[in-house]
Parts: sequence; structure tokens; C-alpha cells
Amino acid sequence: MMTRRHALMGAALSALLVTVPALADDINLPRQSVDLVAPPFVHAHEQATKEGPKVMQFRMVIKEQEVVIDDAGTKLQAMTFNGSMPGPMMVVHEGDYVELTLVNPETNTMPHNIDFHSATGGLGGGALTLINPGEQTVLRWKATRTGTFVYHCAPEGSMIPWHVVSGMHGAVMVLPRAGLKDRDGKPLHYDKIYYIGENDLYIPRDENGKYKSYDSPGEAYADTMEVMRKLIPTHVVFNGKVGALTGKNAMTAKVGETVLVVHSQANRDSRPHLIGGHGDYVWETGKFSNPPEKDLETWFIRGGSAGAALYTFRQPGIYAYVNHNLIEAVELGATAHFKVEGDWNNDLMKQVTPPEPIPPAKLGAAETAAKSLVR
Amino acid sequence: MLLAMKFKVAATLAAFASPLAASVVTPVSLAPAATTNVAETVQIAPANFAYRLAGDFSKDTTPATAPLRNLRLDGGLSIMKRQVTAAEYAICVNEGECPALASSAMAADRPVVGVSWRDATAYAKWLSRKTGLSYRLPTDEEWVFAAATRANDDAVPLPEASDDPSKVWLARYESESSKVRPVATAPQPTGSFGANENGLLDVGGNVWEWTDSCFIRAKIEANGTTRTTATNCGVRVVQGAHRAYMTDFVRDPRTGGCAAGVPPANLGFRLVLERAPGIGLMVARGAARLLAGAGIS
Repeated sequence: MMTRRHALMGAALSALLVTVPALADDINLPRQSVDLVAPPFVHAHEQATKEGPKVMQFRMVIKEQEVVIDDAGTKLQAMTFNGSMPGPMMVVHEGDYVELTLVNPETNTMPHNIDFHSATGGLGGGALTLINPGEQTVLRWKATRTGTFVYHCAPEGSMIPWHVVSGMHGAVMVLPRAGLKDRDGKPLHYDKIYYIGENDLYIPRDENGKYKSYDSPGEAYADTMEVMRKLIPTHVVFNGKVGALTGKNAMTAKVGETVLVVHSQANRDSRPHLIGGHGDYVWETGKFSNPPEKDLETWFIRGGSAGAALYTFRQPGIYAYVNHNLIEAVELGATAHFKVEGDWNNDLMKQVTPPEPIPPAKLGAAETAAKSLVR
Repeated sequence: MLLAMKFKVAATLAAFASPLAASVVTPVSLAPAATTNVAETVQIAPANFAYRLAGDFSKDTTPATAPLRNLRLDGGLSIMKRQVTAAEYAICVNEGECPALASSAMAADRPVVGVSWRDATAYAKWLSRKTGLSYRLPTDEEWVFAAATRANDDAVPLPEASDDPSKVWLARYESESSKVRPVATAPQPTGSFGANENGLLDVGGNVWEWTDSCFIRAKIEANGTTRTTATNCGVRVVQGAHRAYMTDFVRDPRTGGCAAGVPPANLGFRLVLERAPGIGLMVARGAARLLAGAGIS
């Protein structure tokens, strides 16, 4: 209970904070303000840096908004960091400070907060950032560990999974100051980076099996929770929507280019696979202090984590990047495409004979063997 | 050809998910028979028309654009003015001759959707028996003839023959990606998409139509003729705003996985009425009488 005395003290304290130069006891480091961009793109950043640690300033506005999640026009009352599902990726270096201004506009209906898996203490920041509509807060945490990490909203109780599967999650990448290395310490570099956030969505249906839509998150809550508790998503998608990363929105690369793909799943296990390609270097658990695995066909993303895969494209064409539970990829939506241009390498693959009728029957080896046995 | 292989994989995956629907027998509530009718047929006079061959074509060993032919249907064509409606299909289900569909929301004035080639064929067989006339699915050629200006020649201009399969693949991907996705996917009341010059309703609307034509693979010879090297009747040509190839037991035409294209929004059908030569419009009138006699009209 908040007593009058507490309230007065609170008022006195806030008065003090206003009059005293802000954050007088603060770390004295250079500050850099970063404009976030919506996934699958990532804001410009250095891979290796010669500069010393900085305070990296970000600002995210929470938006509760209706979004369409498939071609049939199915609607979700989404909750988002900065209006995208997933929220934008933040890139800093080890030893930097992340200083986030989190804004919950008055137009929203619910309290929200943020839990950074990359931060230490305070429930990842969740304990210090719970803000109501019309409030904002600033949280600063030190990037002490390198790797790719999930962040997500974690208000309390059943609100936690609900806010997460409604879209409130994203990723942070903390790079080693000297950049990425292979297991022998040789530097690894990427020409492009894409951030893929996987969403498992749970849309209620009516008595005819049609997806229901709601006017507000609150009205969707009870029905959605019922679907969530059965643990079978109705949609598993990349970046908020079936086809968000295919067709005109397909990711692009050129033969010879090296691409880093960061894949996060805040709630549920996934298994990315690049059809026709590989993971040359994969940090499956996403933590750069561990040596990357080489030449993977499929990698495992544990629910509540983000991993990173580095790949140099060697052949042009269309590559499907899928969750290799193929039911989820094809039926539920977890498919993205890479459109890769360049020259075809016949040494790596060649269609020796195009499809043609099977030649007239000859005795196969098995039949020959069977005959000789009979004899 | 890489793309075709991938498509097959996608089709097979989709196919495995779909047959289950057949065993989910949802009783379809029938509208009173008195409000239903068999779609009247329109008679289209013989004419020449341009026809892009359906199937997968190659020249030498590289993929090629399907040839465009000038065809003529000497006997003209008698084809349903509209797509078979949900209520009409429901009667066949009720009589135990057509497979029940998973979707239970059947509106009398809307085309039946979520039907496979097998379902459509069962309906044609039942209707023929019921009426004593000969109804069947149109061939792809017949459909294009009837659709006239509503038929969409969506042949992709392919790059020059080369041994780089990615060029063709990327060209097809760009073409598929540029197609506009339909906004409304739910079937609309019959007539919502208007009539074409032959009086056919809703051609190229949001319900695609099964044809009887099988998927073929063919070679284009040096002299321009084509030679079919494989025929797969497990995959049929589907027609509408664009042409598609579907496994015959598929009811829900979704794509995904390696395929980028815009799938048909819905699968439905209309039927051709076979005419004995010289009988002409009498058949259609006879059909109406027969149906009245059979208690369907």
C-alpha cells in the first residue's frame, strides 16, 4: 500500500531527480543513438570495432495493433515492439551499455515491460520497466556476454505467454569487440545480415471452424488462452505473417556473398534449414564465446533463444529457408525464401538427364542375382 | 527441372494433409430441393481461338515456353453458364453419390468450393445418370475456348536456352511473385464476377475450375511439333484467373514450402454437356424437362 508519506517522499525524490543534473552518478562514456529498423533488416553497425565501450541509446514504442497474418485475411490483435513482429534487432558490442527508452502510448490498453535475456538481474529488466499506457521508462544494462539473445514482454502471470505469442519479442546481438571468429580464431565476416523472428500464433475458431476476429486484445484473451493451452499453434510464421519473407519480400543475396541469419523463437522450439544450402558456421545456441559448429544441415533453436548461422552462397536460384518440421513450414507458414543471383556452377550440380521416359526394361542387378540364385 | 520437382514435393506434402478431410464426414444441411436447379448451359458456336498448350515443355534439354496454337472446336461447345453451386452439390451428397465436404457452410447461391477433381467427377457421373444426359468436366482446351477473353495466357517468357537452370527458375519466381493475390477469398454469390462475351458467369473470379486435362511433359521438336513424353493423370489442369496444376484429390489449393506462387483461392467446377451431333439446343430444353421429371428442378 502506498501511504501518503511514501507519496510525499516519492514526490520529493522526483523533484530531486528533476533539479539535480540528470544521472549525475552516471558512467562517463560516449553515447550513440541508434535508429532501429524493422526486421528482416538490421540497423547499420560495425562488426569489429576499435572504439571503446559506449552507451548505445535505443527507443522503442509499444503498439497494440490489428495485423493480418495470412493470405486468407485472418486477423490478430497483435502487441508489438515498434510495430513489427518480431520487434527490431539491436546490435551492440561486448562492454557497451544498452540504454532503452520504452514508450507505452496512451492509445494502448495494457501495461507492458521488457525482459532482456542478455541483461543481468531485475528479471532481465522486466521488474524495472512495467509501464502503463501513457508512461515511458528508461532502462540501462551492461552487455557482459556476447551472442544473440531474445527479448520479450513479461508483465505477469498468464499475461507473459499471451503477450509473447501476440508478437512482443525481438532480439539483441552482442558482438565481440573484435568481431566473429571461427574455432581457430580466424575472423569471420558477413556481407549481409537478416533477422528472422519466428512466431507461433494461436487464433481461435468459431463453431464452423473459421478464424475469429476481435475488436481488441482484451476481447480476444479468453478464447486465445484456450487455444494456447492446447499447445498447438494455428500458424507458425516468420516475421508476423505467412509469406512475409517470400515472393516480392524474399531476402536477396548474390553468389559469393556471406550472409548472417539470426533466428529467434521466444516461445517454442524450431529447426531452421536452408533448402539447397547449409550453415557454414552456426552458433546454434547463439553465444559467440562458444566455437561455431561447421557445415550444419539443420540447426536447433530452443524456445526462448536466438541462434546465428553464417553462410556463403555458392549457387544461384531460389533457396527456401524453413522450419524443417515441414508441416509447420508448408501448412502453417514457416517458410522464407532467398533469391540468389549469379552464375550456375555445373561442378556443384548438373542435371545430367532431364526427366524422360524410363528406357525399355533391362534386367536389374537384383533380378540377375535372383536368377543366379535359382540356378 | 528443378522447379517442377520442388512443386511436386510441395504438392505431395499438401496432398498428405488433405485426404483426412475426406473421412471427416460433416452432415451438410440441405436447402429445400425446390430452390435448386441444374445450371443451364450456354451454346457456343464453333470458332477459332488461340491456345497455350498446358504442361511442362522443353526444347533440347532446357525448359521452354509452351507453344501457342490456333485451335478450332468444330462442334462448338455446350457448357454450364455458371459454376455448380453448393446446394446442387449437396443433393448429390445427400443421395450418397458424392463425397461429403469438410466445409459445412453451404450457401445455395454460391459456388461449391473445396472440391477435388474426384468430387467433381463423381458429381458429373451422378448428374448424367440422373438426367440421362452426358455431363463431364471440360478439357483445358474447351475451358479456354469458353472463357474467351477471360482466359489468361500467363506464359512466362523464359531466358535463352543455357545450361544455367537458375535463370529459368528465377524468371518463373519473379513472374509468380508479381501476381496479385485475390483480396476476397470466400466464394461470392453466383454472378458477382459478371459474364464474359459467351454469357458464362464468374469466369476468372475467385473460384478456379477443374478441367479433365492431365498434366503432360512434352518436348518441342526442331520442326516445331510437340512430342508428349509423360502423361500424369494424377495431376489435372485447373483453370481460372491463372492456370494451375493440382493433384486430383486436393481440395484446398494452398502453396508453401518451395513454391512462391499465388495458389487458386478456391477449387470448384462447371460441366460440359455432351451433345449428339445436330441435336443442338433441344438437348438443353430436354434436360430441363428431364430434371423436372426427376424432381430436381
